[in-house]
Amino acid sequence: MDHWRGMRRRRIDWALHLLLLASAMTGVLALAALIVDIVVDGWARFTPELVTNHPSRRASQAGMRSAVVGTVYMMLLVAPLAFTLGVGAAVYLEEYAGRGRLSRLIQLNIRTLAGVPSIVYGILGLAVFVRWFALGRSLIAGALTMTLLVLPVIIVAAQEAIRAVPRSRRDASYALGATKWQTVWRAVLPSAFPGILTGVILAMSRAVGETAPLIMIGALTYVTFLPGKLTDSFTVMPIQIYNWIARAQPEFHQLAAAGIMLLLILLLLMNVAAVALRNKFRGRI
Amino acid sequence: MPSIHFRNERRQRADRIVPAILWACAGVSVLTTLGIVIILFTETANFFRMVPPGEFFASTRWAPLFEPRSFGIWPLLSGTLLITVIACLTAIPLGLGSAIYLSEYAPRRLRAVLKPALEVLSGVPTIVYGYFALTFVTPVIRAVFPDTGIFNALSAGIVVGIMILPMVCSLSEDAMAAVPRSLRDGAYALGATRFEAALKVVVPAALSGIVASFVLAFSRAVGETMIVTIAAGATPKLTANPLESVQTMTAYIVQVSLGDTPHGSVEYGSIFAVGSALFVITFIMNLLAQALAKRFREEY
Repeated sequence: MDHWRGMRRRRIDWALHLLLLASAMTGVLALAALIVDIVVDGWARFTPELVTNHPSRRASQAGMRSAVVGTVYMMLLVAPLAFTLGVGAAVYLEEYAGRGRLSRLIQLNIRTLAGVPSIVYGILGLAVFVRWFALGRSLIAGALTMTLLVLPVIIVAAQEAIRAVPRSRRDASYALGATKWQTVWRAVLPSAFPGILTGVILAMSRAVGETAPLIMIGALTYVTFLPGKLTDSFTVMPIQIYNWIARAQPEFHQLAAAGIMLLLILLLLMNVAAVALRNKFRGRI
Repeated sequence: MPSIHFRNERRQRADRIVPAILWACAGVSVLTTLGIVIILFTETANFFRMVPPGEFFASTRWAPLFEPRSFGIWPLLSGTLLITVIACLTAIPLGLGSAIYLSEYAPRRLRAVLKPALEVLSGVPTIVYGYFALTFVTPVIRAVFPDTGIFNALSAGIVVGIMILPMVCSLSEDAMAAVPRSLRDGAYALGATRFEAALKVVVPAALSGIVASFVLAFSRAVGETMIVTIAAGATPKLTANPLESVQTMTAYIVQVSLGDTPHGSVEYGSIFAVGSALFVITFIMNLLAQALAKRFREEY
């Protein structure tokens, strides 16, 4: 009797094991299907012309030069802004703010901001940067919006990196007669830097793929010139891709798939850089 | 020794100024929240001067762009809810199953493949998921149900589910990893199989953390924009049929901002009213998830 019950229980365990394995595999399968779908559609258009040609109404001549340049400019603006503000805020919270009520409130606020849908940041950017600051539908308005969007992610990553710096390093610095700021600047931040940089790269890779907030800002989808000033209108890769997806003709869908390949390769490189950085400095605090 | 004296003074000045600068950096995040709340509130108040709140909350027709206009939010809410429910039905069983597998069963070598794959999946931009929904999932659904429209809630919902799956999985797995080893050992000592130990001991012990991951995933699905804009269409209607085209709150906001809407018009105001609804829903969900996760942390 007991023997049979044991057999049945073990058989159920085995069946459920398979079920769990299957559910764990769906993620991998979905990823594989996604990549195959995109490469099959986009391979033919994944040519140098994709980057060298400007957008065109004729699918055969269209490229995404203005979008690639727009994405690069956007990153060059967002990265230093978000890095400075994010690390500044993280240093304040970890080294200066203490554990009081205000600091807990700011922490809660940052966690809440991290959960706000990205399109709401677009609404904020539209009202504040585009209208109120009268920056118009410009590169700088987009960059400021994106900075606010990635800021919570960078603050949290930088806080973790700073927290991982051992207490002994700070003590040693104080023992040498350093002031608080000297300790932070010369002892804490250099140790935390690789961790911070990894967080910043990952946050940037999120920003590169963001579409919705920039549509709100009014990043144009049909830009045949390269932005020269901060106040010029612009487009970025995901928006150009969206524009191509939204058209009915299959030729444009192929272009969209090729654009996605380029975008995914860019993201892959950024993630590889972040992981390599993390591994290189692991355990070297 | 005057030089040392001066150097000390300079050092002390840095130590007085720097905290103020750092404080200002932290203040940007507070200002962001305030900015969001104030802008949504004032612009929504403006909108309600043009459209009575009674119509917004009670009418069941959303037709902002053609006459006769009507601004009842229910069709957008129901569209959002339909997509979110489909997404959660996809992501919660698969995500929890993956989490149990990774935490209780997976051999180390398989884990070394599955974890990075899920991480990659969570880093894929939503525009890419949108393309996948439209060009891969929708044709598959249409092959099974030929009456399905090109734009339908099912395809968008499934793909939003795939998007939030890594989040459900990794947060649930973290919660289960925090369950002390001794609880599992106790179950095994009583003769439990691995699945019995997982389902009757580990999952209940990690339950608030797991539920927090569900709530966060729900909130993420509500706020998702590009997948639904691309794959679910732009037809605001009250329907529970997943094979029809619907419009979510986020997709409506995108639709209006793609057009050239003059500042101060009713359509412009409606972006903020719908945005407020979106913000309030996700905000409550996020607070709930944080409260749940906190309760879970206090247990061990």
